[in-house]
Amino acid sequence: MAVSISVLILFLIVYLGATFYVAYLGYKKNSQPEGYMLAGRGVHPAIMALSYGAAFISTSAIIGFGGVAASLGMGLLWLVFMNIFFGIFIAFVVFGPRTRRMGLNLGAITYPEFIGKRFQSKFIQAFSGLLIGVFMPLYASSVIIGAGRFLETTLGVNYNIALIIFTIIIASYVIKGGLLSVMYVDAMQAILMILGMGFILIYTYSMLGGVTEAHQALTNMANLVPPALVAQGHQGWTSMPTFGSPIWWTMISTIIMGVGIGVLAQPQLAVRFMTVKDDRSLKRAVAIGGPFLLMMVGVAYAIGALSNVYFYRTMGKISLQVVPDGNTDLIMPTFLNHALPEMFVAIFMLCLLAAAMSTAAAQFHTMGTAIGYDVYQQSIMKGKSKATVHVTKIGIAFTILVAVILAYILPGSIIARATAMFMGLCTAAFLPLFIGALFWKRTTKAGATASLVIGSLSSLFWLTFVHAKEAAPLKICMAIFGKETLLSGTWTLVDPILIATPLSFLALVVVSFVTPQLSPEFLKKAFRLRFEDEEENLEKASSSTADSAGV
Amino acid sequence: MLGIDDPYIWLGYLASILSALGCLVYGAYYWKEGNEAKTVKSSSKKTVTQDGDPIPANLE
Repeated sequence: MAVSISVLILFLIVYLGATFYVAYLGYKKNSQPEGYMLAGRGVHPAIMALSYGAAFISTSAIIGFGGVAASLGMGLLWLVFMNIFFGIFIAFVVFGPRTRRMGLNLGAITYPEFIGKRFQSKFIQAFSGLLIGVFMPLYASSVIIGAGRFLETTLGVNYNIALIIFTIIIASYVIKGGLLSVMYVDAMQAILMILGMGFILIYTYSMLGGVTEAHQALTNMANLVPPALVAQGHQGWTSMPTFGSPIWWTMISTIIMGVGIGVLAQPQLAVRFMTVKDDRSLKRAVAIGGPFLLMMVGVAYAIGALSNVYFYRTMGKISLQVVPDGNTDLIMPTFLNHALPEMFVAIFMLCLLAAAMSTAAAQFHTMGTAIGYDVYQQSIMKGKSKATVHVTKIGIAFTILVAVILAYILPGSIIARATAMFMGLCTAAFLPLFIGALFWKRTTKAGATASLVIGSLSSLFWLTFVHAKEAAPLKICMAIFGKETLLSGTWTLVDPILIATPLSFLALVVVSFVTPQLSPEFLKKAFRLRFEDEEENLEKASSSTADSAGV
Repeated sequence: MLGIDDPYIWLGYLASILSALGCLVYGAYYWKEGNEAKTVKSSSKKTVTQDGDPIPANLE
């Protein structure tokens, strides 16, 4: 790496000092279980939006997808638009307010408890808590491995030590400080990420001669696309691939699958809707969330594509030819190391570390509360144990330990698929029943249970026995049936999301229609407006009355 | 436009920026609206009788 170790260590010390100070501010405000689990339900909209964004955007979203943009081109910018529209606007304006209100009406303090209480089912709470507690450590292990490798390459420290140090640092403020500490630190990290990406944006465009000039230079490079990619439909980095070509399909499926519809059902993100005091706070948070995502993914994809211009001017090669074996994951780090001044490489390294830390902290808190609170305290102990925060802390410590052990024992091929596996599982298991819980009063307890069970089992079945990307490295199908996948041909390419989510929706609708509805009194209680929102409506009315009266 | 010939690409580029700006405007509207409502609320509190009835506008 081009950056000197002493500069980076100095930056790292300042950064960690700031992290612990901010975490301490959050810790001081926490006292009750609601404070530990839901940050006291009074978080500032800006903190909520930054925390949501920082937990949403991991290092791979910047490095991995930036590299994909360097290979496929700027068509990936449509994913930025979809991320902002679904991941922020629809999430905050459509899903957020109902989640917050209903969570408060039902007294829920975790995501599994929210859906459990909404359908008056302890089974739903325990099952979803178990699902999160068992599978999220796998997802978390992929994030901590990434961070360990990152520290190994940047600081030159031993990988095993790097992994342990990274985990202990995050675990300390997650366990001690609870969600408020996590969200405060997330917000600080998000600001660091904005500064890092903002600098790269301005620096790259000015280095390449300005916005239009940089794009024009990239447009003029269309004839440099390797023949193998041209044969697959690549028409240049500022053109969409040929309609219906393999690259067109890759880009469209990446955009569609990466849209973040699944993000709406991610427990570690949905729980953040319940941390603000009113609906207006969620609407205000949109002002921060949208631009934040643009600064993260928008900048990463644009700069990823423009790295081709930089490498061509300095080395006479396109980005794919600069990195070994055309590995797209290495394009962004290589570009940053070559193009940026040393001091800013160090800042950007911290920006990437912040992205990994904020995602890991959100995972640690969610999987720990799922095991400690939803599974142990509420389901096994039937809510008898009073030491909620204490039990949850043990749950967090336990699940972090599991994630670390998984990081050491599982083969890299499985870890590499862990994020996709968890996202797919969450979408199939939670999205249909979450939509039913918020928007369809006819959804019954049995319908929600069927959707949860069928969604998760079908997703697990498909990825274990059919989808080649997971089934092959897992080797379970091979051990039982003597072949890598049960089906062959195109089926092995179909993502579990596309099979399990429709099945889960179908189960929700069909079973709900043939089973008795929840009582009208309960539904009235779950869906009622809160005092603060009624006040908001009254304020609107009084302000319009005042306007008309000329006050 | 912007050095990009393919409309599907520059539209995507603009859509990303405009959606973020749209979010900014939407959120800012609720920020402003909330503050205005609070001001109206606090000023209207001063114009009530001892019984809590609002004073008619023509007597203020």
